[in-house]
Amino acid sequence: MSRGRARPWTHVVEAMAGVSARPGRLVLTMVGEALGLAALVATVSLAGTASGQVADHFDRAAADRVTVQPEESRAERGAVLPADAEERIRSLEGVETAGTLTRLEVDDPARTVPVVDPQAPPDPTLPVLAASPGLLDAVDAEISGRRYDAGHVARADPVALLGAAAARRLGITDLAHGPAVFVGDRALTVVGIIDAVDARGELVDSIVVPESTAARLFGWQGAQSLQVEVAPGAAETIARQAPLAITPTDPGALLASAPPTDTTLRERVQGDVSSLLVLLGIVTLVAGGVGIANIMLLSVMERVGEIGLRRALGATRGDLMTQFLVESATVGLLGGVVGTSLGFGTSMLVALARDWAPVLDARLLAAPLAGLVIGVLAGAFPAWRAGSLEPAEALRTL
Amino acid sequence: MTAAGAPAVVELEGVGRTFGGNPPVDVLRDVDLTVTEGEFLAIVGPSGSGKSTLLNVLGLLDSPTAGHYRLAGIDTTTAGERRRAGLRAARLGFVFQAFQLLPHLTVLENASLGGLYLGLSGRERALRAERLLDRVGLAHRRRARPATLSGGERQRVAIARALVAGPSLLLADEPTGNLDTASAASVLELFEELHAEGTTILMITHDPGVAARASRGVRIVDGRLSA
Repeated sequence: MSRGRARPWTHVVEAMAGVSARPGRLVLTMVGEALGLAALVATVSLAGTASGQVADHFDRAAADRVTVQPEESRAERGAVLPADAEERIRSLEGVETAGTLTRLEVDDPARTVPVVDPQAPPDPTLPVLAASPGLLDAVDAEISGRRYDAGHVARADPVALLGAAAARRLGITDLAHGPAVFVGDRALTVVGIIDAVDARGELVDSIVVPESTAARLFGWQGAQSLQVEVAPGAAETIARQAPLAITPTDPGALLASAPPTDTTLRERVQGDVSSLLVLLGIVTLVAGGVGIANIMLLSVMERVGEIGLRRALGATRGDLMTQFLVESATVGLLGGVVGTSLGFGTSMLVALARDWAPVLDARLLAAPLAGLVIGVLAGAFPAWRAGSLEPAEALRTL
Repeated sequence: MTAAGAPAVVELEGVGRTFGGNPPVDVLRDVDLTVTEGEFLAIVGPSGSGKSTLLNVLGLLDSPTAGHYRLAGIDTTTAGERRRAGLRAARLGFVFQAFQLLPHLTVLENASLGGLYLGLSGRERALRAERLLDRVGLAHRRRARPATLSGGERQRVAIARALVAGPSLLLADEPTGNLDTASAASVLELFEELHAEGTTILMITHDPGVAARASRGVRIVDGRLSA
């Protein structure tokens, strides 16, 4: 009937009774820890969110591009994008410009004027790309001369833009005399030179023609890829929506990707901001832990009579230490839960107020466990005091 | 002096308790005492006579520095802390001058603390506590908080708590010290009734009038016992 010592859950039951006996004190005890943890959770969340914004600022050039192309195995079988892909993607919220790009299969060497010179190096074979006018905007192309316009496209005129590197290889230095290039026997009038692009660097090495021209001269049958410039921060969303917007009946046919961003700078900035704020949160948290230790110690001193009574009832030192440690751990856990909730709530509100996308780190859900650990650490000394009180002396107090 | 044939609950043999210091103080000297089952013994002495130390030794809250103490036949002198705690839980029931009721618990919950460290289930403790509260005449107050009870009622709750584990010995330390005359009388009456029912009681007091209610009295002066 009796086991001769306390049942396993006795300490937990007694600790719960001890904690719940003084609800006002419970709140006071955990308020410091809860605030510290709230600060920590909020700063970590907001640091993530804020440095997300900082990084976004720095990475804008790279982070706001999405490419869409047929899914790999289909692309190998020559699949192309639907003709209205560019039009469809432009209808998405967050898309700023978009254009299509195709690498044409051309084996013919490119040259300027036919010169018979056995000493000359063989004519280079340059890549020929078909690009829609929108593409030049989507890669922020810097062009000297002019770009081909709607008229060229409509008439499928034999015009071309030369990438700066391609122009150098062909020996074209200025556009004053309307230079022409020949790809095999197809003559193209060069209207401009692409000096620089923010994406699709191959443009600089290539001969770029309108799609209609490509269709007429090079057998273009459809675009291989779609280059999209999106509003800051929308890249992932657009990448998710694009396949559905372009081929609603078969979204699996397309592959959309947001290119990886320049992470070194991003991480450095993020690291600086985060570590400072986290340090602040940890300091607050330590203060909260000391607060728990203080109040637990006060509680032990106040409950000397109870401790004496329990010893008289047969509690060992260990029984009392365990009880007070569980009390402290419970307070810590409760503080942890409250603090984590407050912290998440705060970061959500701040993010909402600043119109930021809140970054909620799921790892922060472990924060209540940190509270538990703090409770145990803070309770260690008070619990030891409770266990080391001499019962005879403890009972002498009224 | 003791009932013939009744087994001894407490046997002290040459017990001494010296507190270290300069010079050391002999608080108890060569104390011999036997309490047999069913006895109601009062130990009476003025303050400073060593009666608190004697109670602490008897209650296994303190260890003698000389002699032997057998509780219910078990030699406690060599017992470790765990064993002594176990003996307190199983064999001893404490009644204190200051009651030591926990203010946030009800009367029933307070009484149910008895047997907690003996490993009795909460259900069993509550059952026994209910029965004992009925016995001490407080069944109707079982949901009350101690603060709403009179001193005499509080002490009776404490007595119920002390009896929950079914101890071999009820140890009472100035049980009427905080009570008015009427409450003190009611508590002593309860002791007499419990004694009549067979409970072994050892009561320590400075008040000869209170001590007179016991079936046997022993005086303690300067750490020595005299009949």
